[in-house]
Amino acid sequence: MKTLLKTLMMVAALAGAATGLAIGPASALVEIDVNKGTIEPLPIAITDFAGGELGAEISSIVQADLKRSGLFAPIDKAAFIEKIANPDQAPRFDDWKVINAQALVTGRVSKEGDGRVRAEYRLWDTFAGQQLSGEQFFANGANTRRVAHIIADAIYERLTGEKGYFDTRIVFIDESGAKNARKKRLAIMDQDGANARFLSDGRSIVMTPRFSPNRQEITYMSYESGQPRVYLLQLETGQRELVGNFPGMTFAPRFSPDGQRVIMSLMREDGNSNIYSMDLRSRNTTRLTSSNAIDTSPSYSPDGSKIVFTSDRGGRPHIYVMGADGSGQTRISFGEGSYSTPVWSPRGDLIAFTKQSGGQFQIGVMRTDGSGERILTSGFLQEGPTWAPNGRVIMYLKQAAGSGGPKLYSVDLTGRNEQQIPSPNFASDPAWSPLLD
Amino acid sequence: MRRIAKLAANPVMVALVASLALAGCASKKTPNSAADLGLGGGAATPGSAQDFTVNVGDRIFFDLDSSSIRADAQQTLARQAQWLNRYRQYSIVVEGHADERGTREYNLALGARRAAATRDYLASQGVAASRIKTISYGKERPVAVCDDISCWSQNRRAVTTLGGAGS
Repeated sequence: MKTLLKTLMMVAALAGAATGLAIGPASALVEIDVNKGTIEPLPIAITDFAGGELGAEISSIVQADLKRSGLFAPIDKAAFIEKIANPDQAPRFDDWKVINAQALVTGRVSKEGDGRVRAEYRLWDTFAGQQLSGEQFFANGANTRRVAHIIADAIYERLTGEKGYFDTRIVFIDESGAKNARKKRLAIMDQDGANARFLSDGRSIVMTPRFSPNRQEITYMSYESGQPRVYLLQLETGQRELVGNFPGMTFAPRFSPDGQRVIMSLMREDGNSNIYSMDLRSRNTTRLTSSNAIDTSPSYSPDGSKIVFTSDRGGRPHIYVMGADGSGQTRISFGEGSYSTPVWSPRGDLIAFTKQSGGQFQIGVMRTDGSGERILTSGFLQEGPTWAPNGRVIMYLKQAAGSGGPKLYSVDLTGRNEQQIPSPNFASDPAWSPLLD
Repeated sequence: MRRIAKLAANPVMVALVASLALAGCASKKTPNSAADLGLGGGAATPGSAQDFTVNVGDRIFFDLDSSSIRADAQQTLARQAQWLNRYRQYSIVVEGHADERGTREYNLALGARRAAATRDYLASQGVAASRIKTISYGKERPVAVCDDISCWSQNRRAVTTLGGAGS
């Protein structure tokens, strides 16, 4: 992954177009307020980038990313009046206003002499008659989808004021075979389901992969030694490593936000489970809970000062918060039913969870003190939320009754834009990668 | 659910009930015990693994979200302990399982708690704790695969396996 990043660098912002239009704040600029309760998707025209098939492919990936976010309504190309011949020239804004394209994307893709691909885009505000942004990127030839995602992120950020999340990946569990003999493999793919590949051979049950903050490693649980245990996997080298040498089952691992620690559950001799954290350098472990109950699914706050987790110490599973040293363990969920798999938002403001009540599974969010609970999606079986790095979208597994297995879905924080994520087979336990700066 | 629970003392009957329940779920038939695999109860050699599975009963069932050993399960475990105390050459692995109506990590822990409760009960009946290992499969290894209570109640189980062989 590292080598890909080095070859994929932003070279320069494209200054005002050949016609000399100014870049910069002006009145009536198009923008999306993502904090509004209901969001009317922004009509946007995304033209085929110049550069033949490759140009069309890149613009179609950009379009699919923006459309899936639910914040944009790409306009059918058949409605376009102007054909963009030279993306360096200002478009005829009237031709775009008349089809109600509030924003317009043009671009060009070309092959450099050294085999690299050069991709550039310009984002226009058609009603203000201005270029909003323009950048160019170089990538090696195998990496064109990634350039498209980076362009989509740039457009998303310019129009919403929020970081994008399209140049990200998902680790998950690929599931195949009969339900009572399910083969489970570690797998990774782009956030839109492209470029899926397997990271384990399916001989051992694996579950709950999670990214390290630098995206280079994952931690997960595997039965490969017989007893379920937590492992680390280096994505670039494929090197695997057992985390700690504990007598019983270890499970439910996650990295700390600085990547220095793994937090997880350890089963006790009496069958209950407590939460431990392990320093990956010194290998020192710290016990954080000691209830005679099941304490599991720990997740750090993004500043590393707190941990949210599941415990059934009060009877049914509920959500608790404690200091990173185990201090001040406090229950925060009080609704009917069971609550589990809490995950702290990368923005720090919300906790996503799985709730079971009335025979249904629900994915919801609450504030970090437990107030403001909102259910985003409900169904026969859905669990295990993971946050997009901008804290606006949640992915989880969802299985309809009688469907035979789970698939991955995403939903935004309004709960109105639920989408299935393509995957090679059944899929579960998604974990979204962070963005790289 | 109670009906199945009462019948659990006789694994052949359980398998029969399970098959009937499963008939309602298209293509969900699954070998659930020695009886399903065509092994007759009386045919097993005394002291063999088949004898244990068919004549003693290798599994007990749990109520929803519970790891308490039910009365019917106590009878099964008493028979298991009697048999295991007679045939001491076997090592024992107790597998704890959960149904799919819980989240993955919690159910892994719940399966561990069920396996430990089963181990402790066998130990209380005189089976040396040093012979017994436990492992949890959470909701990863259901035996019944339909999407309703008739299957879930069969999947909330602890299975006593001999010599470390899988169930």
